[in-house]
This record gives sequence, C-alpha cells and structure tokens, in this order.
Amino acid sequence: MYRVVLKQKLASNITSFWIEAPDIARNAQAGQFLIFRLDDYGERVPLTVAGIDRQKGLIRIIFQHAGKSTTALSLLKEGDNIKDLLGPLGRPTEVEKFGTACIVSGGVGTAEILTVIEALRIVGNKVISIVGARTKELFLLEEDIRRASSELHIATDDGSYGVKGLVTDILKTLIARETINIVYAIGPAPMMRAVADLTKKHSIKTVVSLNPIMVDGTGMCGACRVSVGGKTKFACVDGPEFDAHQVNWDELLSRLGTFRYQEKTSLDRFNIRRSALCQE
Amino acid sequence: MSRIAMPQREAEIRNKDFIEVNTGYTDEQALAEAKRCLKCPKPMCVQGCPVEIEIPAFIGALSDDNPFKAAKILKGKNSLSAVCGRVCPQEKQCEKHCILGKKDEPIAIGNLERYTADWAAENIKEKNISVESKGIKVAVIGSGPAGLTCAGDLAKAGYETVIYESLHNSGGVLRYGIPEFRLPKSILDYEIDALKKAGVSFKFNTLIGRTITIDELFKDNYKAIFIGSGAGLPTFMGIEGENLKNIYSANEFLSRVNLMRAADFPEYDTPVYKGSNVIVVGGGNTAMDSVRTAKRLGADTVTLVYPRSEAEMPDRLEEKIHAKEEGVQFMPLTNPIRFIGDDKHYFVTQVECLKMELGEPDASGRRKPQEIAGSNFTIEADCVILALGLNPNPVLTSLTKGLKTNERGRIIIDDNLMSSIPGVFAGGDIAGGSTVIEAMGMGKQAARKIMDYLNTLK
Repeated sequence: MYRVVLKQKLASNITSFWIEAPDIARNAQAGQFLIFRLDDYGERVPLTVAGIDRQKGLIRIIFQHAGKSTTALSLLKEGDNIKDLLGPLGRPTEVEKFGTACIVSGGVGTAEILTVIEALRIVGNKVISIVGARTKELFLLEEDIRRASSELHIATDDGSYGVKGLVTDILKTLIARETINIVYAIGPAPMMRAVADLTKKHSIKTVVSLNPIMVDGTGMCGACRVSVGGKTKFACVDGPEFDAHQVNWDELLSRLGTFRYQEKTSLDRFNIRRSALCQE
Repeated sequence: MSRIAMPQREAEIRNKDFIEVNTGYTDEQALAEAKRCLKCPKPMCVQGCPVEIEIPAFIGALSDDNPFKAAKILKGKNSLSAVCGRVCPQEKQCEKHCILGKKDEPIAIGNLERYTADWAAENIKEKNISVESKGIKVAVIGSGPAGLTCAGDLAKAGYETVIYESLHNSGGVLRYGIPEFRLPKSILDYEIDALKKAGVSFKFNTLIGRTITIDELFKDNYKAIFIGSGAGLPTFMGIEGENLKNIYSANEFLSRVNLMRAADFPEYDTPVYKGSNVIVVGGGNTAMDSVRTAKRLGADTVTLVYPRSEAEMPDRLEEKIHAKEEGVQFMPLTNPIRFIGDDKHYFVTQVECLKMELGEPDASGRRKPQEIAGSNFTIEADCVILALGLNPNPVLTSLTKGLKTNERGRIIIDDNLMSSIPGVFAGGDIAGGSTVIEAMGMGKQAARKIMDYLNTLK
C-alpha cells in the first residue's frame, strides 16, 4: 500500500499527489515512470515521475482525469492508499551539457518537465521552456517552471495567457533567434509530432517522451511497442524517451486508440455508479 | 488392467467457460491406478523427475489406501505438487521411464500426483512451520516456479527468505501465463499460501535493477541472491503490419486475461479485444493456451497457424487434443508473411500466408520448413496472437555490473548455478531452463548450492 500524503488540485481536471514510496524515491530519476494499480479490480496505468523527494521518501505524480482509472485515482484523499505502485521504470533522461536546450510541453505533459529542466540546469545547460495549454486555467506549475528555467514562454489556444497560438509558433521564433542544441518535447502525441516535424527541418536533435498503452511495464508484454527508425522498440524498457525524428507517429497515434471504445464503456459505467451513489 | 484416463468436462461445455477442464481422479480411480504400479526394485521413473519426488513411495502409500502418507512423501520434496500434477509434461519426464510403458501405457504419475495434492488441500490443514531461524538472509528474485521452489527449500531449512516480485501478485508464469482452465488460481494460491506458512515472505512491486539493485540487496545484508526472473521479452516476426491494432503477443493476451482478468471487463478495469476470427501463430504450450483462451472469449473461429507440420509441434499432446476437441482449427505448414489492416483505423483485418513444405533436418533435428513460392493466400482475422517464444529480459542483467550473460542474453552459470558474481545464483528461463518443471528443478538445486555456499562463508 502506498499512502497519499499531499493532494493538490492543479486545475479542474488535473491533480497532483505526493506519495509515500521510499524505495521508488531512492533510485528514481528524471524521465522515468511508474505504474499504479488502484485496487484489486484496477488496471495497470503508467504515469511519468513528476517529482522526487529522496529525503522524505516521497514521489510525485500529476495526472489528468482522463479515463476511469485516473478519475477514480483523483477521488483519493490525503491519507488514502494506492494498492500498487511499481517503479522507477524505463531509462532516465540522458543528461549532458548540450548548451542550449529547449523544453516544449503541452497539457498535462507540463507536469513532467520540472524534473527534466532541473536535471539539465544542474549540468550547466541554458534551458528555455515553452509551455502550451488550452486556456490559462489549465496552465500548471507556473512559478516552479519559471524559477527552474532560464527563460519561459507561454502559449494558449484561446489567448487567455501568453501568446495566442501553438508552442511550435514560439519554437519557430526561437530557432530563428538563436542556436538551439537540443529540444525535448513532452505532451500529447500530436503536439510532439508537430515539434518533431519542425525541428527535423532545422536538423535539431529532438527527444520525445512517449506514453503508449502498457500492461506490465517491465518488457514482458509488448503492448507498448513503437516503431523507431523502422525497428520495433518497447517504450517501457527501451524508452520512454526516443529520437523524435525516428518515431512512426501514425502508428503510435493509432495504437493509443486501441481501446477507445472499451475506455469509454468503463468511464461511463463508473460515472453512472458514482452519480447513483451521490444521490443515495 | 489399463491406465485410467483423466476424467474431463465435455468439450462443447468447457469451451465456453474458464472452469478447469480435467476434473481429477475419484478415490476409487486413484486407488485402482496406484495398484497398477509394479513396485520395481530399481525404479526408473525417479530419474525422470527434476524435483526428485519419491514416486514409488508415494504411489505405494496410495495403493495402500493411505493418501495422508502419500501427501507427506510428496510434499517433502515438492512444494508445488498440485501445480506439477497439472502442468508438468510427465509423458516426457517420469512416465517416459516407467517399465509398464514398454508393453502397455505407463502408470499415470501426473494424475496421481494431482490427486494426492488435491486430497491434501482438502483434508490437511497446513500449519505454520516454525523452523529455528539461522539468522541469515537470502533474496529470491521472481516468484515464478524457479523462485518459489528455491525459496521454499531455503525457508524450510531456516533461512530468512524474501521473494522480490515486480508484478502485484505472485506465481510468475503460473499466474499470468497459464490459464484458469488448466491451473485454477485457487490451487496456486493454496500452494503459495503453504510457502508463506513455511516462512517465505513476499515483496511485490519491486523490479530488481530499477527499484532496488543487486548491490543494494547485499548492502541490506542479504548473504546470497537467487535470480529466477524468467523469460521476458516476447518475440515478434519483424514483418509488415505487425503493429496493427488487435495483434497481441501471447504474453500480452494471456496477461490481460489471466493476471488482469480482462474476461470480466468492465467489472475489472483491464480490457481485451474479444475477436470473432482469431489467428494464433506458434506451436508451443503458450500457443495452445492462447487458442483455447480465445475460444473461451467467444470467438467464432480460432485457427492455429504453424510453419512446420503438426508432428514437429513442441507442445504437449494432451493440450493439442483438448484444443481440437474444443473447436480450434489447425493450419500447419503455413507461415504468415504480412498483416493487412483497414486503412482508416489500422485494425488488423487479414493475414497473408505462404504454404510451407518440409526440407532437411535443421540444428534442432526437426525438418526445416521451406516456403512454396507463389502459394500466397489470405485469411480473415480481426485478432492475431503471436506465440513465438521469448527472449531474456535485459533490465536486470544490463543494470547489474559484472553479471555475465551469453550471446542470447541468458545469465551464465557454473555447475553450482552461481553466476559471475559471487553469491548470486540463477535458474529457470533466465539461465536456460524453459519449462515449469525444469525451472523448479533448477530452483531446487540452487537452494542446495546456496546452502553449501553459505556454509563456506562461516
């Protein structure tokens, strides 16, 4: 059992937990992920490590209430327990001194960049962050990211904060302004793909953190397979970070929708039961 | 008197549920079968058992109508006898050596083992065994057949034994791989519970190499470590369309159903696609488990595609017969060359295959299949399961400095099952033993070698 010690609601549909998991916190590094299973009926769901506190033995996850499992997870209160939590999984972010690194994030992906920014800053990189959100209310961790980054740029779809437009618009301007040695993109797959398409034209090395469907997360099942450079790789053990220019995005986007129908069935059933419970 | 067949449920009934196919001997049947034993002065059967069960002794007790004594003899050597009685290929092990088999059919050692173990589960209440602790800690990595056997023997000898398991439940392949209709999970739970009572403790959600390293285990005062982490990564064919949706590795398909209980979705959260026309590629036990599971999930047609002829299939005869009875079609001498999907959603819709013919024997002694040029044809399929074998999981080996592996990625061990790191032993799939019983044999042998090793440290 893994106890939730601090719960913060970061936006209407995004929650942060600090969880007591000293074994995971001890060896976790930026870029790695965890798998949680809420209870005996639960599925195994991967989430990126969003924060590590080794002294206190805590690990942070930040998640969007997207399907049944993450919605049910968001209903836990401080002091409640998650049945199973496995990690850290996957290879950590490869951190070295590149010069200027640009980190592009969107949606809930923004939750995961803080550890990566910090790791890159420590070894002496200049880190420019570009954060995209649909609207101001969904923009996460602004103060933390601003403090950690050398420079912060913001884009919102509706123009309610920062520049109205896409993260790639800002990235385009920055590429014209100065030399960028490496780009990290973390967020929804279509956004990562758009970043990859742009940086490929400019031959800038780009790393993406992929989040395909997984079962065990340890290499056993192959559900998370992705084609990278024409070869089948397992995101759980070979990744989750890959060279963005080598990823087969059509395949990745298609595979993310494998269980779209079942996911909806599961969430609808959950919501009906929840509202029935509330009425009682 | 001839061998008494294992009673089983009707094929047309059992292929719609997950209840166990074989129902086990009655008391009368077990007694009659046990009496067939010739009580050879030099029993050959024992040589065929990797876990050294005293076969004539336990069968002798059964023929004296003393199942209690039989159970004591059996459990003395094998802590997973209800499992072994169900999943061991006895026809290739103990029963192969039985003298009765020269003229008639060999005695049904597996069926009698199962009977005895089930009798014990029903009639003997296992108590906590209190052995005087030696105060020495041993870590076992992986709770599959190798790890469970090794840990059981160590705990019974007084070592403080902790099993580290990456999944959320114990049993390894016995839990995620072998379906309920061959090995009910209540049976597995019973045997694992007995190991807990013998002093084995479990730590779940721990991936050694990532969560805790081998070095950290030694720092935590473990004096020896046994690695039984199993086979890992499923093999894919590397052909066009292999990553289309609803194409699963057998490991994924079976894990979803067995470990995550996807057949009971949405009561359980994990889904699985229940195909109408299912193709399974492969010929081993995992392929048999996959076809039979697909059938039980409600498929109209389930077809097993295999590049060699049926005679070359490495699976157990019983599984093959059961699968056919349950309505699975076999399509031997056929090899998939391409998976075809719908252009819009990338779900698999067809499999393109080539017909094969048998050529000269290859390194494995089996005749090598060769493609017949121009014999291409397609089969409709909305779900494909690839049961093509496994490669060792590289996570632990690549993250452990000094742990040597061979060119296939398996841990290299010496005659004492010790790896290149002193005090680190390995057995089961990760070190080359591929069946459940081979893994158990290696686990048992490793426990003995670990005790020898620990004695030299004193």
